[in-house]
Amino acid sequence: MMSERNNLGFIREINGPIVTIDLPGIRSGEQVKIGELGLVGEVISLNGREATVQTYESTDGVRPGEPAEGLGWPLSVELGPGLLGGIFDGIQRPLEKIALQSGDYIRRGLSLPGLDREREWEFEPNPELAPGHQIGPGTVLGTVQETETVLHKILVPPGLEGELTELAPNGDYAIEATIGHLRDKQGHSHRLKLYHRWPVRKPRPYLKRDDGISPLITGQRVIDSFFPQLKGGKGAVPGPFGAGKTVVQQQIARWSNAEIVIYVGCGERGNELVDVLETFPQLEDPYTGRKLMEKTLLVANTSNMPVVAREASIYVGLTMAEYYRDMGYDVVMLADSTSRWAEALREVSGRLGQMPVEEGYPAYLSSRLAAVYERAGRVETYDAGPGSVTLIGAVSPPGGDFSEPVTSHTKDIIETFWALSKELADARHYPSIDWVTSFSAHVHAAAEWWHKEVDRRWEARRTQALALLARDAELSRIVNLVGPEALSDAQRWQLEGASLIKEGVLQQSALDEVDTFCSPQKQFALLDLALSIYDKGMTLIELGVPVSHLQDLPQLAKVRRCKSIYNSDQVASITDLGREIEDAFESIRLQYAKQHSDD
Amino acid sequence: MSIKEYRTASEVRGGLILVRETPGVAFGDRVRISDGRGGTRDGQVIRASNEEVMILVFEGTDDLDLEAVWVRFLDEPVEIALSPEILGREFNGLGEPRDGRPPILSNIRRAVGGSAINPAARSYPREFIQTGISTIDGLNSLVRGQKLPIFSGSGLPHNRLAAQIVRQAKLKDEDSSFSIVFAAMGVSYADAKFFRDEFASSGVLRNVVMFVNLADDPPVERLTLPRTALTVAEYLAYDLDRHVLVVMTDMTYYAEALREVATAKGDVPARKGYPGYLYSDLAEIYERCGRIHERHGSITMMPVVSMPSDDITHPIPDLTGYITEGQIVLSRELHNQGIYPPVHISPSLSRLMKDGIGKDDTREDHPKVAAQLYALYARALETRNLASIIGADELSERDRRYLKFADDFDRRFVGQGEAEDRSIEATLNLAWELMSAFPRDSLTRLSETELAKYYQGND
Repeated sequence: MMSERNNLGFIREINGPIVTIDLPGIRSGEQVKIGELGLVGEVISLNGREATVQTYESTDGVRPGEPAEGLGWPLSVELGPGLLGGIFDGIQRPLEKIALQSGDYIRRGLSLPGLDREREWEFEPNPELAPGHQIGPGTVLGTVQETETVLHKILVPPGLEGELTELAPNGDYAIEATIGHLRDKQGHSHRLKLYHRWPVRKPRPYLKRDDGISPLITGQRVIDSFFPQLKGGKGAVPGPFGAGKTVVQQQIARWSNAEIVIYVGCGERGNELVDVLETFPQLEDPYTGRKLMEKTLLVANTSNMPVVAREASIYVGLTMAEYYRDMGYDVVMLADSTSRWAEALREVSGRLGQMPVEEGYPAYLSSRLAAVYERAGRVETYDAGPGSVTLIGAVSPPGGDFSEPVTSHTKDIIETFWALSKELADARHYPSIDWVTSFSAHVHAAAEWWHKEVDRRWEARRTQALALLARDAELSRIVNLVGPEALSDAQRWQLEGASLIKEGVLQQSALDEVDTFCSPQKQFALLDLALSIYDKGMTLIELGVPVSHLQDLPQLAKVRRCKSIYNSDQVASITDLGREIEDAFESIRLQYAKQHSDD
Repeated sequence: MSIKEYRTASEVRGGLILVRETPGVAFGDRVRISDGRGGTRDGQVIRASNEEVMILVFEGTDDLDLEAVWVRFLDEPVEIALSPEILGREFNGLGEPRDGRPPILSNIRRAVGGSAINPAARSYPREFIQTGISTIDGLNSLVRGQKLPIFSGSGLPHNRLAAQIVRQAKLKDEDSSFSIVFAAMGVSYADAKFFRDEFASSGVLRNVVMFVNLADDPPVERLTLPRTALTVAEYLAYDLDRHVLVVMTDMTYYAEALREVATAKGDVPARKGYPGYLYSDLAEIYERCGRIHERHGSITMMPVVSMPSDDITHPIPDLTGYITEGQIVLSRELHNQGIYPPVHISPSLSRLMKDGIGKDDTREDHPKVAAQLYALYARALETRNLASIIGADELSERDRRYLKFADDFDRRFVGQGEAEDRSIEATLNLAWELMSAFPRDSLTRLSETELAKYYQGND
């Protein structure tokens, strides 16, 4: 990468992670090696001879006058087999290898490539390709079994096009080995390897963009049944601390039907990532029966790690997500938390003395946020069929105030909004997704899927449940003012119905072995059970049966507990319970009718 | 490189000194300042270029004469000397003795800034610590390696609670006690004395290292104090294989000192004048706690955060809550009713509880008992609100039962003596006793098996 220009300069000033260097000719966005320690950074602005660099590591001990070297390329990641199952820092350094080299604490100035150079992979060439074929960006050259469940497709890097002159036979190759040659229009020959590099701030290209068609099934009732998210959609989980953002995100990572899961811990707690690291290798994927870690990769930049690498980590995660999308996979990326990412932007802009607009955030916050979320989507890839990236970002609004800049800008961009509520969390109603303020723009598209795959009453039942919950909120206000005695029997039955939905359907414990995952069939069965009881009870009340008579039915407690008694394979038992309750109601009706005729 | 000395100080403001024409000074280095009258102060480089260096002066910049000031760059980071002798001693924020005894001499010197633990080297905290306090053990359990702050307000007994935890904390069925690192920032003389006496009377003093910066000591020193204290905690945990409990009080004063310096530096303010990097700065402190693979020791942290005007959304408790693994929230209302410890369970939370409790750790019914108690108490508080509007006489029998539960719970479960050390079994049994006031069918969070085994009610 040596160019004509002089790529050596020196440091002028150090202000925390922001370093000013004297290096004429360096490009904006270029990677720079700083000082004798060799800390890596990125040029964020140029001014005459001087460039401002944000460094990914602490600058303690660095002195003015030390050297600075331009590396000639922007921040890029390595894309190839060996990513899955790994944990990387915000600039794609493998943390497990770093631990071997530098111990329990991260030493500065370590430069380790993201992918293992030694490991060999069995490459199976694409049988449809032969020398002489025209190939282009995204053409599948062959495959590598990356993990038991994931077949890694080796793609021609974007930007390369021409004639395939040579393709390696089946065999074991390390990632630096040549697996083929391509001759472009100018006649230059390019070596093809099992991996390539891609600059993280540039979205990877695709053939065309498509609409989402099927919901991302997460096994979480309040998400799938009430506020569904399509594969390729973008969603946000805002909530004050302690409302359960991380648990919601981890549940999606665990149970969603995505083929690849990328979990970006951005400025959050170290112990949460360890939780994923320690539990995922033991957990089973409910769809393939294999270990979850085989389809998962982690990007970890915890809150105490350098703030500039935190800003980069979201892009690093997204680029890897797009890479697997380009193989035709449905990828879900969880970013926890986008607020910490925005704060990293704020911190850097503050150090640069840029004019703050809202709460100290720079003016470009909203456009950067929008650009990040726009990288999600369902696309037609060049050669691997449709693929998608679903992006779900946690938002941590200060003081739980959803009108703050990051939450409000995010809300403008995303399609599903799972608002977590402090009140629900305080009452230990988990997941604490508030049904009043949450929304999903995907209900109609999801309904098509539900009606075809599960039950054609899905949309009607969902609407009925939400209406009942809204009625419950109204009535609760009255109760809080004048007490429950003021309500009619029918109104009290509405409260009971809403409570059945809240406790029997919406509440779902991530810690309960049975209830932690709920199949769409079971989800609908539970929802239908609660609403059928409500409907049936209402007809009895209209006939004059007192509400207390119904409330005392022992079966109602069973309805509330049903979710953790029967697993997803025992949907029939839930239907049986429904029939049992129907019979109980019927006998109340008969008994009541008899009493009346006796009177 | 030789030690450089300059008398080119050009500007002094709010704890900062600017020095001109000082080539090659390293960012973060330690500085010694002579005031020209025989006194010296300590500082640290916080911005460096060949033309100008900005220095943070830990003792503050009051009474400095620019003409007389000499600045010496020591060419080393801010460090502390470490040896086992450190136990039982008391220091200031820079690690200088406050107890009138000689300084620690040792070959082991470490930079107080620390570095980030590699997440891949961490091990997930899961060993239950019994504090003997029902609201913590039963509902918001603490585990080894957790950071669990106490959110409090002025006049609330957070210090007494912290002291009780220090006295009582132990692993279940084990009496290996903790080494204590105590960091006091901006506290009153009386508070510091309370802890000193407390440690002395409970006989743990030889196992305690104290770092003290009183309310009338220079505020800038508060910025390094928690870092110095945590460097000692890391030494005790990872070099000497001890289990360390770090108590820090009060993080609010720390953050206020940070704001003071940030304002002087001209940093762009974010919320309430606190700098945008307050979150990262607090995280650098809090995240130093934890467990590491194949190391015997551990660091558990209990910072005290006082909420200005009891406002939990104030930036300091708010950002703390986003970093720590839960919080114990004290309530003025309970305190005014004479309930000690006045822990308000609704906003309190322990995120690491789930893996530290249950069959193999405490008792098999623990997770569901906690969930059920929370649900009952939430409903009971609603009922209490209702009763205050329409009067208790208007309530249904069912609601009156909740009302009674709320009172019993506050009095018997939350309230306990300052010397009362309840075992986890005692806490859980008490929970069952209180829950048994409800009919069996209304306890839907509990399983049939648990009800069969522990339920004591009539039906």
